[in-house]
Amino acid sequence: MKKPFAITLDVGSSLANLTGSWRTERPVYLDRLPPCNATCAAGEDIQQWLFHAEEGAYETAWRVLMHDNPLPAVMGRVCYHPCESACNRGRLDESVGINSVERFLGDQALKEGWQIAPGADTGKRVMVVGSGPAGLSAAYHLRRLGHAVTVFEAQSAAGGMMRYGIPQYRLPRDVLDGEIARIVDMGVELRVDAEVSDLVATMQADGFDACFLGVGAQIGRRAYIPAGDANRITDAVSVLHGMAGDDKPLLGRRVVVYGGGNTAVDVARTARRLGAEESIIVYRRTADKMPAHAGEVEEAVEEGVKLKWLTTIKAAESETITVEKMELDDAGFPQPTGEFEVMPADSVVLALGQDVDTQMLEGLDLEMEHGSVKVDAGMMTDHAGVFAGGDMVDGERTVTVAIGHGKKAARAIDAWLRGTVYQVAPKNELATYERLNTWYYSDAEKTVRPVLDLIRRQSTFDEVRGGLDEGNALYEARRCLSCGNCFECDTCYGVCPDNAVIKLGPGKRFRFNYDYCKGCGLCVAECPCGAIKMVPEAV
Amino acid sequence: MKTSHIKFYQTGTYTVGNRLLSDADRSVQSTMERTNSLNSGHRACQGCGEALGARYAIDAAMRATGNRLIAANATGCLEVFSTPYPETSWQIPWIHSLFGNTAAVATGVAAALKVQGRDNTRVVAQGGDGGTTDIGFGCLSGMFERNDDVLYICYDNEAYMNTGVQRSSATPPAARTATTQAVGRSPGNVFGQGKNVPLIAMAHEIPYVATASVADVRDLEDKVTKAMAISGARYVHILVPCPLGWGSAPHDTIKLARLAIESGLFPVFEAEHGEITGRRHIRRQVPVEDYLRPQKRFAHLFKPVLQTDRLAALQAVADRNIRRFDLLEREDQV
Amino acid sequence: MLKQMEGSQAVAEAVALCRPEVICAYPITPQTHIVEKLGQLVKDGTLEHCEFVNVESEFAALSVAIGASATGARAYTATASQGLLYMAEAVYNASGLGLPIVMTIGNRAIGAPINIWNDQQDSMSMRDAGWIQLYAETNQEAIDLHIQAFRLAEELSVPVMVCMDGFILTHAYERVDVPEQADVDRFVPPFAPRQILDPQQPVTIGAMVGPEAFTEVRYLAHYRQMQALWLIPELAEDFEQQFGRASGGLIHEYRTAGAQTLVVALGSVNGTIKDVVDEMRDDGHAIGSVSICSFRPFPMKALKTALRTAQRVVVIEKSLAVGIGGIVSTDVRMALDGLDIAVHTVVAGLGGRAITRASLREAFDRAARNALQRLTFLDLKHDVIHAEIQRLESTRLSGPIAENILRELGIVADHIG
Repeated sequence: MKKPFAITLDVGSSLANLTGSWRTERPVYLDRLPPCNATCAAGEDIQQWLFHAEEGAYETAWRVLMHDNPLPAVMGRVCYHPCESACNRGRLDESVGINSVERFLGDQALKEGWQIAPGADTGKRVMVVGSGPAGLSAAYHLRRLGHAVTVFEAQSAAGGMMRYGIPQYRLPRDVLDGEIARIVDMGVELRVDAEVSDLVATMQADGFDACFLGVGAQIGRRAYIPAGDANRITDAVSVLHGMAGDDKPLLGRRVVVYGGGNTAVDVARTARRLGAEESIIVYRRTADKMPAHAGEVEEAVEEGVKLKWLTTIKAAESETITVEKMELDDAGFPQPTGEFEVMPADSVVLALGQDVDTQMLEGLDLEMEHGSVKVDAGMMTDHAGVFAGGDMVDGERTVTVAIGHGKKAARAIDAWLRGTVYQVAPKNELATYERLNTWYYSDAEKTVRPVLDLIRRQSTFDEVRGGLDEGNALYEARRCLSCGNCFECDTCYGVCPDNAVIKLGPGKRFRFNYDYCKGCGLCVAECPCGAIKMVPEAV
Repeated sequence: MKTSHIKFYQTGTYTVGNRLLSDADRSVQSTMERTNSLNSGHRACQGCGEALGARYAIDAAMRATGNRLIAANATGCLEVFSTPYPETSWQIPWIHSLFGNTAAVATGVAAALKVQGRDNTRVVAQGGDGGTTDIGFGCLSGMFERNDDVLYICYDNEAYMNTGVQRSSATPPAARTATTQAVGRSPGNVFGQGKNVPLIAMAHEIPYVATASVADVRDLEDKVTKAMAISGARYVHILVPCPLGWGSAPHDTIKLARLAIESGLFPVFEAEHGEITGRRHIRRQVPVEDYLRPQKRFAHLFKPVLQTDRLAALQAVADRNIRRFDLLEREDQV
Repeated sequence: MLKQMEGSQAVAEAVALCRPEVICAYPITPQTHIVEKLGQLVKDGTLEHCEFVNVESEFAALSVAIGASATGARAYTATASQGLLYMAEAVYNASGLGLPIVMTIGNRAIGAPINIWNDQQDSMSMRDAGWIQLYAETNQEAIDLHIQAFRLAEELSVPVMVCMDGFILTHAYERVDVPEQADVDRFVPPFAPRQILDPQQPVTIGAMVGPEAFTEVRYLAHYRQMQALWLIPELAEDFEQQFGRASGGLIHEYRTAGAQTLVVALGSVNGTIKDVVDEMRDDGHAIGSVSICSFRPFPMKALKTALRTAQRVVVIEKSLAVGIGGIVSTDVRMALDGLDIAVHTVVAGLGGRAITRASLREAFDRAARNALQRLTFLDLKHDVIHAEIQRLESTRLSGPIAENILRELGIVADHIG
């Protein structure tokens, strides 16, 4: 076409006009740390595995999860999920049911028989003492790094507190067995009934290059209670441990559990299942001060467990106990009132905490702190090459924390074996709720896992909480806001008035075309998940 | 055509795209194949709502017509910022004639296409609110009345921005413009004036009338797509905030469009042959104050003293819209 | 084929023979019969492949034609008087965009005072709008000019106005030869647009042009019209060869040989002028006349050649440039620049006042005696003017002059409260 001069122009010729020169600030993409990841003691990249689960790519999601945690099916049942408390979605409607999805992925893996391959052999041998969550986690991660691992377990089966502390109604043993078997299948050597009495000697004898200790805190803490019949006072560790054997503990019709932690609740619920008509938790402070997880307490109450606040046990007689009423002082500590009460009790179970058994550590002369083994940032004790984690060291005593310790220690051991020092990667800035543009998320309420019929769970040890099926696991995964991490929603690509966002294709995210970006900031304002920020242009 | 508001999965209903959707269900703006009918290098201000709205609308029309589209454009910001010699940002056959004759030019294009048998090529006319509701209104009404095969798109930024923010018949009450200054006893634009062209279009009983905004690209695209599937005169009125004229931050362009809708001041609805057939319900209702406050053109409502009576009058406008267009979702509609 | 018919109908048939594809119609006297007839021809199927659009205004009429033309359709419309002014913005736009639209002007006065009768003030107001302006002397020429106009417009990508005097031509019944379709098809080839809105090869038409290129764009518009100065005679020659009839061209000369007085005019008044010329020639006066067919572009050279031997030129004008006088005569003076020839302006026929042979004869006689003033208003009622001027000076009454005059005459006095 012979076009008339000036009034008729070739299309798209404005590309010659680089409007990027107008800009005083530029948008940049970044990854912020989602609050779930920030709070996960096992260091899971929750947002990332949910991203894959959203697509129905469960195996990929599981593999991302397995990068940090070898026991998702266990964790999906016993973790108290602080990630959900931190979840930004909680401020929008309800937090994402991360724990449910994790369990779904874990169960899916067991069902499908997904396996993890060990790393290329390094020729190094590591000894792991204790097969609880910390020990198993360390063994698993060390194996992935290519080290030969031998786990020493004093009991006749692996699992530690997961087997001997957590009731079956919360963690069915076939699930635990399945996840342990998968670790063993990676080539981890498991020696049961193998109590280590002299660590240094064993290490030298078997030629181990390093050691991880994860023997837990197995000794139930006692309180002095004058008792006419001492046999009627027992501790929670023993009761729960006793549940693993054929001879179940005999607690009687009226059971009093003394303490306010999760273990107290576990025992009280176990007592109900063993046939106790009355299972009462006696706690010296108030409900809100109780360290036990609220969800656990709620389920216990539903099952008929009773709670008696602001009460201490002063004495135990045959068939009764004497308790004293307490009141909180200004600092929130319970103080005796001098008011006493007698209540019937066939047995008293003390759930007042557990201590580390220091017997086997004597030869090592490890430095202790508040009853725990002292470790450095890489989980190494003051004995070179000996690392420790789980309930043995200072920190919250949960399965999740233990798994995190095992992972961290494994990475530190790996560094140590290679003559380097383990460096923790710096954390990204937090993706706070204020960074989000929550308009873009549609309302989608949380799915609630089915709860076992009440009557049934009072009398059996069947698992109380059911799992999500695929439909609602997918639904739940898709509730994730993807805080601080691009989930390829195309909003930046769409809202740019200057077409200055280049879409790179599925999985490749986006790139700014600074030739044309005028720096209006619409992409930042409208990004749902806070994965873009404005930075000043250099002068 | 289905335009019901299904949940495109929890994270994708309101976003531009959603990687979980099938290709057919994705918005035009989320695709790598979108035509960018209004290309980079145009001279619109930072955060221009009109540039955004025009690309949303024309890209959608391009997809709907298999890229067989011709556009006629009124004089105004869109024309000026997109086609200063020697550069044009348009990627489609496009003509600018005058300020007030765009609908008629489009009629001519449509007539030519019809007589030439180029039935698969379609016509869009587009202009700002001044070119549509004021100076171009006669031609627009004529095009409607004849039911010419033209989709007219009005990009409404509520004043004559190109000439320096003067009042148009689409300027809202109380808004400060260069010809309705924020001075005197009743500062800003007069209450009780103005022209509702979507309703006037409906009075012509043309096949399709819709309102939309840059705050909801899916809704906008649905409406343009629907319009392109219909023959005869069609009208889509798109709210496009203007940072310059509204005195708002460039990054607030979409937010303000959203607040205009959520407050009820800008009803989003569609009508066929003069009957309202759908409305976009308010999702999270806000008082008009939330919408007005971030805009300097309404600053005189808040300082030096809070103008409660005038705010109440504006709230009454929103409330009337909500009643009139049934903008609140009732329990029985969920 | 010879037919006895109204000028408007004849023009409509001629336009239809040119196979326009889009016709925009809006009524205004005295043009209305043209589009009415075209509407009928489209509706009854005589004119096929044509969209007839009833628009809401002249502004829309030309705007629809602009859109159609830019999309590659042959577009036509017609208007007059106020209608032409109402579409003024689009008139400039069509030429600025280089769109070869053909438009008939049924010449009519412009108000106020509102007046439906003929003069040429309307098309004169658009003389600088970038359109080619052709003026028809007779209905036969009106027919022929339309046929030439489509080819002219499309060859140059310039719009063309064919001007024919309202009522005098548009409503006059006379015998005309309406060409055959096959002949017209041979003369007017299918429209091959210079630019077209087409998704296959998209372009932006109507860009904003700043100081860096605006002068060049305007120069090129001028250049294209200058090209018409050779194309118009060429087409007229072609036309004559094919249709056996001289029509169009830049100017028509009548008995100019040896003329001392030459009369210049546009349009139908040339018929009366020729009668007067004949009469005066018979009386021994050395007089002749020149009819300007192409007013834009202005045939400077052709006119100079035709007029150079005269002693005086009398320009009969159906329009008035208030405050200076003649419009056409200003251009004629420019054509005669450097020659010692007196140019007289005679404003005649405003608002439809009959231009009589007697009055013309009187004016030409006066010219021959060198007694004609530079600016004369033919048949001006001096008594009325005198009275009104007197009254103005005494009362300084404001308001519409027309009504004041009528009041003075007592015509509407009874009806005014």
